[in-house]
Amino acid sequence: MASPFLEVRGVTKRFPGVLALDSVSLQVSQGEVLGLIGENGAGKSTLMKILGGIHQPDAGMILIEGRPTSIADVAQSNALGLGLIHQELNVLGNLDVGANIFLGREPLWGGPLKLIDRKKIRRDAEPFMHKLGLKISPAAPMRNLSLAQQQMVEIAKALSQNARLLIMDEPTSSLTLTETQRLLETIGELKRQGVGIIYISHRLGEVQLCADRVEVLRDGRNAGALMREEISHDRMIRLMVGRDLKSMYVAGAGAAGRGGLEVRGLVTRANPLQRISFTAHRGQILGLAGLVGAGRSEMAQAVFGVEPPLAGEILLDDAPLNIASPRDAIAAGIFLVPEDRRQTGLLVEMNIRENITLPGLEAATRWGMIQRKRERAIARRQADSLQLRAPNLEVKARNLSGGNQQKVVVAKWLALRPQVLIVDEPTRGIDVGAKAEVYRLLRGLADSGVAIIMISSDMEEVLAVSDRIAVMHEGAISGLLSRPQFSEEAVMRLAVGKTAA
Amino acid sequence: MKKELGIAILLLVVCIVLSICNPRFLTPFNLRNTGGLIGMYGIISIGMGLVIITRGIDLSVGSVFALEGVLLAIMLQEWHFVWPLACAIAIGLAMAIGWFHALLITRARLQPFIVTLCGFLIYRGLAMYIAHDESKGFGSQGYNFLRWVANKTAWGFPIPFVVLIIVAVATAVLLHKSVFGRHLYAVGHNEEAAIYSGINSKRIITLAYVINGLLVGIAAIIFAFQMNTVAPANHGLAFEMYAIAAAVLGGCSLWGGEGSILGIVIGAALLQVLQNLVNLLRIPTSLNLSVMGAVILAGVLADQFFSQRKRRIRAAVVEVQPGTTTTVNRA
Repeated sequence: MASPFLEVRGVTKRFPGVLALDSVSLQVSQGEVLGLIGENGAGKSTLMKILGGIHQPDAGMILIEGRPTSIADVAQSNALGLGLIHQELNVLGNLDVGANIFLGREPLWGGPLKLIDRKKIRRDAEPFMHKLGLKISPAAPMRNLSLAQQQMVEIAKALSQNARLLIMDEPTSSLTLTETQRLLETIGELKRQGVGIIYISHRLGEVQLCADRVEVLRDGRNAGALMREEISHDRMIRLMVGRDLKSMYVAGAGAAGRGGLEVRGLVTRANPLQRISFTAHRGQILGLAGLVGAGRSEMAQAVFGVEPPLAGEILLDDAPLNIASPRDAIAAGIFLVPEDRRQTGLLVEMNIRENITLPGLEAATRWGMIQRKRERAIARRQADSLQLRAPNLEVKARNLSGGNQQKVVVAKWLALRPQVLIVDEPTRGIDVGAKAEVYRLLRGLADSGVAIIMISSDMEEVLAVSDRIAVMHEGAISGLLSRPQFSEEAVMRLAVGKTAA
Repeated sequence: MKKELGIAILLLVVCIVLSICNPRFLTPFNLRNTGGLIGMYGIISIGMGLVIITRGIDLSVGSVFALEGVLLAIMLQEWHFVWPLACAIAIGLAMAIGWFHALLITRARLQPFIVTLCGFLIYRGLAMYIAHDESKGFGSQGYNFLRWVANKTAWGFPIPFVVLIIVAVATAVLLHKSVFGRHLYAVGHNEEAAIYSGINSKRIITLAYVINGLLVGIAAIIFAFQMNTVAPANHGLAFEMYAIAAAVLGGCSLWGGEGSILGIVIGAALLQVLQNLVNLLRIPTSLNLSVMGAVILAGVLADQFFSQRKRRIRAAVVEVQPGTTTTVNRA
């Protein structure tokens, strides 16, 4: 048996107050895909950052091709053949795609003048982008790309650095079906070329598809490993969580209550040639599926008033609404949990209490002055009902895990009695345990009469959680599915534009 | 409280050193003088602080001083307006300018730096033109109330200082205890997220600039009567720099979202005491600006150093309870 390309032996890492990694070991061979899974806080990101040269281990050894090495910085990590693709994208919006791919390694010409050879950048970037099916010009400005496309560029960048081991952290979190499929195919291709891959993901379905082995981390320690034949959803969850998790999807009543949100002939700025019409009934979760770029988030933003629609009507319980800004939507009880929680969902520099009370601060004031006690009580009530895990309410949102941050965003709205709750990718980057809580919460809200619209690119999630599914394609609703019609093929067919047979 | 403590201690140290080196620092005359200056500068620093918290800036303060000073002199001396009317118009003008800046910033989406930089140029030019580039004075008679406000004392305290205290208390309550204040900080931290939480960011930003205009207007009247003349070419020149320096020393971050009124007031006080130091320690007045600049730089560096050190110490003391899911920064 060939010695592994990368071996991590007994690595320990301590941060102030936290033991992030406790004597963790694993190995990856060339041409092998190792799935690395674990709940948030299990230590996956820390391990990844150590391999990427961002942190130094406090104990243990890292061996590359059998030789003990220390990875002092990012440049050295790259030189050793390790390529890191972060979950939180490290792209430079003000530069173009080619510049991002070759950042720090720009081909130069002109001798002592050291001018950047843009033509060469464009030429060299092409094959990598083509391999990933990115149909954009290397000269395209990065900031014009969608989150999903930016992620693809990150991957292209790592590929262009001839990495022999790629470490991908939640690579498909912003990708949908087709792009995920393409990525998994690319991973297969890379395997054939002898590249090793550490695939870190919460999407156990994907891990099951592409991993040759799975290594599980829990609370900073090795919690178990699975060989290819042993990989299954249940086993993975059991090792991650340490116990059997009953199905995280909660079946609900799902019967349509009276009233709800009706959208008639809505025209968004992003897709001015399409009209969107649908109804989200109270008591139900309406899943909104579709490929990235289908216009779901834009539609949500139109309903929420961030980008007021060009035309169309929005009615709540048959009463027409005039929504010109988020304030109007909020006043009507329509709330949005946005896709990018760190950018628009939360104020990361403010603490939990301030975030939760922000939209409804008036409730905690007397004569215009904020009453600290009342404010704290409101925040505490919401935090407790959502089982928010934090030492106290004064913790800055920046310091919370993804799952807890999402809870803060939701808590903010729950305090204001939602009539309609639109959630955009509610469980992105959240571990299994927290996901189950989110689903339970959504179901509970629906049962209590709230109309829920759940935008999701996670096929499994959409099929399991929704009562009805509306599929969008290129700015319009291509079809509606009721429970008996649910299937991956049905959703896919509508997502790519073939209307239901 | 920590940031304010640091700069308060620095202020105390400078005062003590100054008292020892030159006891004239503590004479009532000197204290009154300095106090009066602290009052005037403090008021514009508070206004600047509000604007900086919204991630903006106002480079036009000094030029508004010049314009307002000239107009005030003309209204009182040449058109013989009664002083309440002249003051109302002057303050109204400063507020209107603030509103206009905010309009360009929120609707035309121009950067505050550019907008107020143009203001810096335009208003002083206007002031010089209107005054035919001559100095304007307020004579020695009339508007006794205004002269009293600018130069006299009440209960031993210079009136401008008293006005500063009133303004400071009012804005402190507004900033730290009202919904407007919370919204202001939110908009400064992340305007987009604030909008997604239903905050009318345009209105908040406009209010910040208009309140700043109000404070600039008041301070300009005080300053005009402290000087008793207005030389439009350099009346109030570079005052915005003092205001920005005081705000930054007091804890405001130019990235927005941070700052406290107490810190700003202490910052303004420190700057004036430093001026005093240069005079009383017979440091050549030509080095006046350099001394101030050096102290501001030292102050900001020290603050950076201590806040980083504190963060490290605090983190090491935090204990993790077994069994809870870790919530340390991972995202």
